[in-house]
Amino acid sequence: MSILVFAEHRGGILRKAAKEALSKGRTLAEQMGLKVAALIIGSDMGGLPEQISKYGVDDVYVADDQSLAIYQTESYAANLQLVIKEMNPKVVMMANSAISRDMAPLVAERIGAGLVPDCVEITLKGEKLSYTRPVFAGKALVRMRVNTPIEFVTLRPNAFPAVESPTLPRVKQIKAAVPDSGAKTVCVDLPEGQGPELTEADVIVSGGRGLGDADGFALVRELAGLLDAAVGASRSAVDAGWAGHRMQVGQTGNVVSPKLYIALGISGAIQHIAGMGTSKCIVAVNKDPEANILKVADYGIVGDLYEVVPIMIKKLKGNG
Amino acid sequence: MNIVVCIKQTFDSEARIQLTSEGSIDESLVKFVINPFDEYAVEEALLLKEGAGGGEVTLISADRRDPSVALRQGLAMGADRAVWLDCNKIPFVDHHVYAQALAGWLRGRSFDLVLCGKMAIDDGASELPSRLAGVLNIPQVTTVSQLRIENGRMLAKRDIEGGFEMVEVELPCLVSAQKGLNIPRYPSLRKIMEAKRKTVERIEIDRSGISLSEINPFVEIEEYMLPSARTAGRILEGDHQTIVAGLLRMLHEERRIF
Repeated sequence: MSILVFAEHRGGILRKAAKEALSKGRTLAEQMGLKVAALIIGSDMGGLPEQISKYGVDDVYVADDQSLAIYQTESYAANLQLVIKEMNPKVVMMANSAISRDMAPLVAERIGAGLVPDCVEITLKGEKLSYTRPVFAGKALVRMRVNTPIEFVTLRPNAFPAVESPTLPRVKQIKAAVPDSGAKTVCVDLPEGQGPELTEADVIVSGGRGLGDADGFALVRELAGLLDAAVGASRSAVDAGWAGHRMQVGQTGNVVSPKLYIALGISGAIQHIAGMGTSKCIVAVNKDPEANILKVADYGIVGDLYEVVPIMIKKLKGNG
Repeated sequence: MNIVVCIKQTFDSEARIQLTSEGSIDESLVKFVINPFDEYAVEEALLLKEGAGGGEVTLISADRRDPSVALRQGLAMGADRAVWLDCNKIPFVDHHVYAQALAGWLRGRSFDLVLCGKMAIDDGASELPSRLAGVLNIPQVTTVSQLRIENGRMLAKRDIEGGFEMVEVELPCLVSAQKGLNIPRYPSLRKIMEAKRKTVERIEIDRSGISLSEINPFVEIEEYMLPSARTAGRILEGDHQTIVAGLLRMLHEERRIF
């Protein structure tokens, strides 16, 4: 028996969240006396098995075909299902991502498996795995178990550490499944120069209503650039049209858990705090000393962000 | 265009969550709303029906709890009918059971499109849309922020980390709606009053095309917990120059963030 990790990559580069999934797969497998296998799907993935070998897998299954160069729901699902059928894993694990949210429930339903999405903790209780995941965007947590022979779990990015533990895995090419489908992804657009992805970033700088207008985001972006941070926004800033919906942090946007979250001009509505409350360190700048965000911030600054942030920027640039 | 929209009634996003003495989620003081992502799905269904110049928009909700608040919101927006698949006979309903229940009702009916919200804001799972497409055996596009239908085919923009994908898909298919797809209409007072008078059809789950003995949840809840509250932080005092210098030093030296 083994644990199968679907290792997500972009253009042959292993994603950070996939490293976390591989690491958790390894530690769980050691506890349970199981082997770990990774599955990679795509085209021209020459360097990937080597990247994966750093995280301690026993086998790497490779489904390589031109038609798999970009994510396609039906063919990726079919290849995952193929490998599951061949190796009959105990646990199928992957990072919680746009791909896994699309594919994991589909394959789980087809093979009759339970799924725990967006898990933040997995513990072994006797023979059974116990999974913890946030509900109500982290306002509560639920511990649950899966009662099917194969268990699916997706891991929240930044919730588990990526730990290297190199091995020399066996690489197994499989005959890639290329099923017909009524849906075809015709192109992928990943604009460059946007900085790190919001849900994976170590540092996030977010702006809210207190910025005053859309132009205020220039200041947010400048600070974010200096910290190699992703840019986030509160719901009211998004609803006002100052920021794109994909930047929204909160219960109806992205739930994030970075090492450092800097909230600029964000009052701290319950639904916003639900979306960022598990950040390791929170810094908030707000004019209003009564603002909710200051009650959850590790470091709060009461003041005008247009005075405070330029000082931060100047000091980070090393002149002042 | 015949469009079916799957609806979930959820807690309002400003709700505070407390546990009952038995350890379940306390629903007694909570305001219920239509799941915000389902509102985008309803709005898109109405826009597509209006664009096609006819058809029917049906709202369907599988739930143990009466979802009338959410369904009536959809009716007030302009949906033609609303159905509640009452799941009370099943002690615990997971996404597999929801998908089977909805599919049981959908099977044998004619539809061009099934729309869902991309995620319910209560469980945050994003699990139902793909499970349902799997049971129905129709193609799916999830997290869609833009779509167009021409000659029986849809072109959909699917949001992914840092960008998007364009997906071409045949109808019938299932689409899950992302914020940005549209701006849901506010129903007028007259529409809200009219919706109150419309009936929500209630169908017992075992009369919707599935048998209770064949439908068992795949997962079970062990317990709910509340997260430990964040320890109250501190307000940095002093002039801005000193505060910022101190803050950056702490982030660097104590927290080792950069």
